[in-house]
Amino acid sequence: MAATLYRKVFDQHVVRELGEDQYQLFIGLHLIHEATSAQAFAMLRERGLKVGYPERNVATVDHIIPTDDTSRPFADPQSEALMSALEQNTGSFGLRFLSPERRENGVVHVIGAERGLTQPGLTIVCGDSHTATHGAFGALAFGIGTSQVRDVLATQSVIVNRLKVRRIEITGELAPGVSAKDVILYVIHRLGPKAGVGYAYEFGGPVIDAMSMDERMTVCNMVVEGGALVGYCNPDETTFGYLRGRPSAPQGEDWDRAVAWWRSLASDPDAEYDDRVVFDGAEISPMVTWGVNLGQSVPVDGHVPGPAADASGEAALADARAFMGVEAGQPVAGIGIDVAFLGSCTNGRLSDFVEVAEALRRSGARVAEGVRALAVPGSQEVRAQLVERGLDKVFETAGFEFRQPGCSMCIAMNQDRLNDGETAASSSNRNFKGRQGSPTGRTLIMSPLSVAAAAVRGAVADPREVFGITG
Amino acid sequence: MVAMQPIDIISGTAIAMEGDDIDTDRIIPARHLKALTFDALGTFVFEGDRTNAKAAGAVHPFDAPEHAGASVLVAGENFGCGSSREHAPQALYRWGIRAIAAVSFGEIFRGNSATIGLPCVLLTPEAAAQARAVIAADPTAEVTVDLAAKQLRTAGRSWPVEINESLRRRFVSGGWDSLGTLAEGTAAAADLSRRLPYLNGWQAA
Ligand code: SF4
Repeated sequence: MAATLYRKVFDQHVVRELGEDQYQLFIGLHLIHEATSAQAFAMLRERGLKVGYPERNVATVDHIIPTDDTSRPFADPQSEALMSALEQNTGSFGLRFLSPERRENGVVHVIGAERGLTQPGLTIVCGDSHTATHGAFGALAFGIGTSQVRDVLATQSVIVNRLKVRRIEITGELAPGVSAKDVILYVIHRLGPKAGVGYAYEFGGPVIDAMSMDERMTVCNMVVEGGALVGYCNPDETTFGYLRGRPSAPQGEDWDRAVAWWRSLASDPDAEYDDRVVFDGAEISPMVTWGVNLGQSVPVDGHVPGPAADASGEAALADARAFMGVEAGQPVAGIGIDVAFLGSCTNGRLSDFVEVAEALRRSGARVAEGVRALAVPGSQEVRAQLVERGLDKVFETAGFEFRQPGCSMCIAMNQDRLNDGETAASSSNRNFKGRQGSPTGRTLIMSPLSVAAAAVRGAVADPREVFGITG
Repeated sequence: MVAMQPIDIISGTAIAMEGDDIDTDRIIPARHLKALTFDALGTFVFEGDRTNAKAAGAVHPFDAPEHAGASVLVAGENFGCGSSREHAPQALYRWGIRAIAAVSFGEIFRGNSATIGLPCVLLTPEAAAQARAVIAADPTAEVTVDLAAKQLRTAGRSWPVEINESLRRRFVSGGWDSLGTLAEGTAAAADLSRRLPYLNGWQAA
């Protein structure tokens, strides 16, 4: 019977049905980071349990790690305590730890793919909602909470409901200067931030097919901001080309057998979907959020919306406008910024930085006076490659601080954070109130190229104009 | 299996929260993810919103004296969206909330709440609006979430609530410890793992 990838991968991992659409699902790969695991390990100890499948669990440190001085002990005692707890826990339970000491660390969702741990057909969980990123490979990947981290450590499984599947097709082509980030911001803008509740999002169509794995990861990363737990793309030659030769990818004859299995998992052409939407890629412009959820975005040449026709809609818009300090009808271009942040699991991969570095080099543009600009690579690997290509110097010459890898200002659990009342142009994924470390800090989410454009102008600006990108 | 307290009827005063898309960053700001235990989180629930409300001379519902000791929370759509942090339901629970009724929930939040014994039940948008109005009019009214009867009740009115049936049974019977349930499938999981291509040397699936 024709089926979606979601259904095939799900069914192959059902340990048992618990009744009424609840299932015990086997987990192929469990990624662990320091901020959501300490309590889980403590709960295991309390119950005297071991890790069931140690080799299917891999840890790193990303949320709290400083991006300037990474020497131990960390300056912040709470961060140091979380780091030591992770070292102890991975040590005593016998789990692999991709550590800063060996320069293997990075944002968990960046390094999973980079090392070839992320593969099609796996069920992947992590105590982190952006685990959806790994769906770019045709994996069924989703975030879990700390008690579920405990459950996976002990039993390599979780209790889940089956989701509905919405196919999202992007037809045609993207215009120059329009990126994968703009595609997902556009999708969330069109469908709204809660449309995905109860759904997995399958992405397809010519625009997705033409994307690199880095770009597909950017798209899948943010499905959670659209309310969906899971996002994925079907595996294809781009997927296999990316994985071949990566340290944890299958080798030799195993490779061919793996590819055959992976191919068999792609959604069948006549698979049925619970819903289907089609968007025209040519209609997508660089997008910028102006509000406090990810549905609140407009094209860079657009205006802050309002007033809404209905009272409750207007109440939400008015609350967002007040928090962001913007007026209905104001053009988003020209909104001033204090901080520019390049990085995160959404846009902290090599191609993100290469694209920006090239635009900076070509244009000779510099960060505007008074703007604090951070370039924070998603992993040691990304950083090393940028340094090897001399692009760290391009960022520094342009006025960016080129940092050590980590989540940094995406979540502001280390020292990188907004001061009260500051506004950031950010390539990360969340514009929620207080997200970047100050209860009155404001976040404008946009593509890396748009962040660079905002850094250069000191205000939101169209990257196509700032960097002379024409099509 | 760890036997848990049955969770069937939760009664107390309630907090009605206006607005949709209340994300977990707002429920508990990320800096509290640095705590090694969940113990102290109750104090910090909605910390940012409460600080901002105070600065604006307003009173956040979680600071309002009439809501002290509330055990039920009634909310709108997509409550608990965003970050997967279990710290969010933990903070609500430790503050004193024992059941949440909303129009819809962030998927991960709902799962996390279930694992810690904090039932999340669904209301229709009309019922959520009516219940919120009743609570706003009389914050001292007793509100009951009844998992046995699948109802939200207050002030002589009642509305049906939805919850996954398998989960509901586990709450009501005291069998809601997820790890206990999963451990019963240990042998089945081992069997399955031998059939998975990436665990059996890439033999054909
Ligand atoms: S980069 Fe941001 S969204 Fe991604 S894992 Fe880190 S904190 Fe979470």
